[in-house]
Amino acid sequence: MSIVQVLFYFMGLITLASALTVAISKNLVRSIFMFFITLFALAVLYVLALADFVAVTQIVIYVGGILVLILFAFMLSGKEALAAAQLQSNRFISLSNLPALLLALLFLVVMINVIFKADVSNLQWIKEANGVKNVIGSNESMINNIGINLMTRYLLPFEAISVLLMVALVGAAHLSRREGTRI
Amino acid sequence: MITLADFMIVSAVLFCTGMFIIVSKKNSIQILIGVELMLNAAILNLVAFGKYDRINNSGQMFALFAIVLAAATTAVALAIILNVYKQYKTIDPDKIKQLKD
Repeated sequence: MSIVQVLFYFMGLITLASALTVAISKNLVRSIFMFFITLFALAVLYVLALADFVAVTQIVIYVGGILVLILFAFMLSGKEALAAAQLQSNRFISLSNLPALLLALLFLVVMINVIFKADVSNLQWIKEANGVKNVIGSNESMINNIGINLMTRYLLPFEAISVLLMVALVGAAHLSRREGTRI
Repeated sequence: MITLADFMIVSAVLFCTGMFIIVSKKNSIQILIGVELMLNAAILNLVAFGKYDRINNSGQMFALFAIVLAAATTAVALAIILNVYKQYKTIDPDKIKQLKD
């Protein structure tokens, strides 16, 4: 067992454990900070999948942007929300959580079954990619290639997503505008 | 070597955790966190398969697009949550029952 594999299992364990803590804990603040740990561990998993640029983007956008936004929304939505969150029953397996637990577990069984039935390592296109050496090696950086591809092959999705970001920005600004102050 | 199935199993468990959070929680912000977990599970799969496309980088590229989309949706969703809180003084989605003022 190589050290990469050990690191992968360790980080996967941290990811899943912190995600489960997010699911279990009744304290909203604690679940937000556990989500923070999940995101960091996921960034490490992306590095282990040889996608260093995606990992850096994950840290910058998720941890720097989304998490701060969530924290702000939590603080702005005041005391009542906190009280409501405390009121929620804290047992993991209670009667009201049973349908959700059942749904998630059944879904998990189906998905694990599908993964083992599909036998992903022996897919046709992956074998072909292995045959023509179209596989990212562990000692090369893909950032140059990503930049070139972004401006050539994926230019249309790139422009579409920039328009969408603009629309989301305007929409968020409009939604959070205060009532009554007409400028 | 880490096999593809390992990544897919981690992502499947993460997805189901996110689904559990979405169905069971009584707080809009926690539901949003569940959505983000599910999105991250999908991105993990994209990245894991993206290893086998060295020339076009399709997996990593669409993982980047998915991350940006997640950021945009979160901003709008949080603005909506704040508005709902102003209107109803609660962010429990079970208690928000009417569309009109």
